[in-house]
Amino acid sequence: MSISTSIWVWIAALLTLMIYSFLYKENPFYRLAEHIFMGLSIGYSVVILWYNYILPRIYEPLFFPPHQWSLIFPILIGMMTFGIFSEKYNWLIKYPLAVYVAGYAGVQIPLQLQTMILRQAEASFLTPDKFTSLFSSFNALLIFAGLVTTLIYFYFSAKREHGLGGASQVGIIFIMIAFGAAFGYTVMARISLLIGRMQFLIQDWLGIM
Amino acid sequence: MIFLLILSFTISAKDTPDDAGGSITINVYNIPEGTEQIELYRLTKGDTLFEEVGLIPIFKGELDDATVMDGVLYLYKATALTPDTVYVAEIKEFASSSPEWFNKSRTSVLLFIALFWVVILVYIQLAKKNPEGLFIRKLPPLEAMDEAVGRATEMGKPVLYVPGIEYITDAGTLASITILAKVGRKVAEYETRIINPHFDPIVMTTAQETLKNAFSEAGRPDAFNKDDVFYLTSEQFGFAAGVDGIMLRERPGAIFLQGYFYAESLILAETGYSIGAIQIAGTNATTQLPFFVAACDYVLLGEEMFAASAYISKEPRLLGSIKGSDLAKSVLLVLIGVGVIFGTFAAIKNVAGNPVYMEIFDRILEFLARTAE
Repeated sequence: MSISTSIWVWIAALLTLMIYSFLYKENPFYRLAEHIFMGLSIGYSVVILWYNYILPRIYEPLFFPPHQWSLIFPILIGMMTFGIFSEKYNWLIKYPLAVYVAGYAGVQIPLQLQTMILRQAEASFLTPDKFTSLFSSFNALLIFAGLVTTLIYFYFSAKREHGLGGASQVGIIFIMIAFGAAFGYTVMARISLLIGRMQFLIQDWLGIM
Repeated sequence: MIFLLILSFTISAKDTPDDAGGSITINVYNIPEGTEQIELYRLTKGDTLFEEVGLIPIFKGELDDATVMDGVLYLYKATALTPDTVYVAEIKEFASSSPEWFNKSRTSVLLFIALFWVVILVYIQLAKKNPEGLFIRKLPPLEAMDEAVGRATEMGKPVLYVPGIEYITDAGTLASITILAKVGRKVAEYETRIINPHFDPIVMTTAQETLKNAFSEAGRPDAFNKDDVFYLTSEQFGFAAGVDGIMLRERPGAIFLQGYFYAESLILAETGYSIGAIQIAGTNATTQLPFFVAACDYVLLGEEMFAASAYISKEPRLLGSIKGSDLAKSVLLVLIGVGVIFGTFAAIKNVAGNPVYMEIFDRILEFLARTAE
């Protein structure tokens, strides 16, 4: 057993224990770690913003040749965001928000439609290659039933009567089975994170193993 | 008499179609037999030496040179290496790249969006004329919201509303802001306190305005405390740690987790569960829904959030969008149904020799025949 002599390992280990103390109850140690974490994360974000965005994308292209004067327009639109600090000019924020939301929608809508709807619909068509064996045929039909009933569950503009009610009940069963599988898979991944932290405490800090 | 036609190794270079520029597509034809590799070289106009670009995959005979600059002229040559010969092919004219205004490969997407757009516009007009005429079914989590705020008030505890960790551009965040307005009105009516921590300053400003209006609409503008709507941090787990701390210190009676969440969803929902708060979650992040389903009392699943937002606001644009997306779902269901029918028949035809399928098919036919009788 050789306990670490590095001050940084000690700080990391103590902060880890402070955060884990939350499992017992809220206490001053957890509160200290929580506030250090939040303070550091804000400081870190500011530094990232300064070095990754403001300097290379605004300051350097504007003040060093070849000067990209066209950048002034997006910068001005972006600066309207600061209108929120003024009671009189807070309406200015509507313009950068409109540009931001419209630009984002313009990029995302075709992309999402192509990848999340058209491709998915195409993939759900039952083609001959999905019927090569009894098992794959059953699998294809099961997925098809799941898809149709799940879509019916998310049909909002009709009353859940007659066939729609029953189909949406089947749909929610499919959804819950999918959630259960996703839950189990993620819990396994989270346990691997816990193992990593335990390894740090036992090996790097305490030097037991 | 036998005619022997020997096709020579050639190369062509043209601007890559339907792209944003910066790429030239090079094709090679009549690759000599036994070729082990094809090397591509490029000469920029004004230079004297060819530079190596890379290898052209033999099976494909094509390579996109994505290292070019728009408007600059390039000359290409390719060498096909066989064990005993080196074949060289060179283009005669310079090629250059340029961006295209219209991506023809996405025409179907444009048509689909145009159709969807027209349908939504029609429904918006219908909703404007008669908002009650467009039916949206009730969602249990929405009904439970009033109950949750009431419970928190009875217990003398505040309400905590977390709008996720996405920006104002996210549809889930926008839906969350609409739901916040409903919760805010109820909180103001019951004269209780709402705590609203934020990940993004712009969302925070929007939420401040929304709550201010909600308190005014409920006739309690004086009860609104701007300091209860605050920015925490834009770091995911820093935010999670902060919200967890608030949950444990303030002990809210009702927690609303509405918006887009990532891996912090389970941490937040578990902490809320541990303090015994009634929790109503909703997210369009489908990967996080299982955790909310496991740890919360009510959950708005994915698209239900948008339907909830339309249901609450009765806003014609939102109602029209929901009706339009429902119609799109119907169209997709019909398309998938047609695909299934054709696919099934094609499968049966393809595996006609397979006794298992033929037996199933025969039995279906027998059943249909008996039903018809």
